[in-house]
Amino acid sequence: MSDVFRALADESRRSLLDALFARNGQSLSEMAENMPMSRQAVAKHLAILESANLVSTAWRGREKLHYLNPVPIGEIVRRWVGKFEDARVDALTDFKEQMETSKEKRRA
Amino acid sequence: MPERAPDFVYTVFIAADQETVWNGLLDRELTKAYWGHYNESDWKQGSRWEHVRSDGSDTVDITGKVIEMDPPNRMVFSWTSPKNAHDPDQESRVTIELIALGPDTRLTVTHSDLIAGSDMEKGVTQGWPAVISNLKTLLETGKTLREDDWPKA
Repeated sequence: MSDVFRALADESRRSLLDALFARNGQSLSEMAENMPMSRQAVAKHLAILESANLVSTAWRGREKLHYLNPVPIGEIVRRWVGKFEDARVDALTDFKEQMETSKEKRRA
Repeated sequence: MPERAPDFVYTVFIAADQETVWNGLLDRELTKAYWGHYNESDWKQGSRWEHVRSDGSDTVDITGKVIEMDPPNRMVFSWTSPKNAHDPDQESRVTIELIALGPDTRLTVTHSDLIAGSDMEKGVTQGWPAVISNLKTLLETGKTLREDDWPKA
C-alpha cells in the first residue's frame, strides 16, 4: 500500500490519473500530447503508476494502452471508511462539489 | 490482437497460487461468498454460461457464451443482460487472465465492447473492482468484505 501513496504523492502523476479517468485506454503518445511534460517524463510517471498497480495496460497491436485501475484506491477507502459512513461521506463530497461549482459560477 | 481497444482493464495481485485463483473464479461456494452469484456452465467453448444470484432466487443477472477456455490461464466469455440476449449489439466481452508471479498471481479483468453511458457500463465499472478486490481478500484471509459494500450486478 505504501507504493500507492508514494505514487499518488506527485501532482503530475495525479494529473495523469485524471486524464485516464476522463478518457480510459490512452497510449503514451496521446497522454504526452496533452500534458505539459516531456514524453520521457510521462513515460517515467506511467511506469511508477503501473508498478503501484494504479494503472493497468493492454496491448492493441504494437500500441500499449493505459487504463486507470481503481482497485488499490478502493482498498484504501475500504480500510478506513466504515459501513454506515459511506452515505455521509458521499453527501459531504456532493455538498462540497456543489458549493465549489456555484462559487465558480458566481465568479464567472 | 483485439479489433477494438478494451473499455476497462482491472488488475489485482493476489497472494495465492494460480490454480487457487482459477478455482476461486469457478467454485460455486467461493463465488457465492465474494460475488453473491455463482457462474453456471459446463465451460466448454461455445457453451452458454449464466451469472446466477446465490440468494436462493436463482435469478439470472448476466448471460453469455464461453468464447475461450484455457485453464488456469485465460477465459473469455460474452456478457449481456438476459433481457437483451437477442440483440448482438448489446453484447460485451470479458477476458480474465491469470499470470503466476512466484507464489502469487496477477489477475486481470478486461471488459470490451460496452456501450458508453449504458446502465451495463455503469454496473460493470462499479462491480468489477469490488468483485476482484473481494476475491483477493477471500483467498488471502478467508474473509470477505461486507456484502453491502459493493454493488449487485
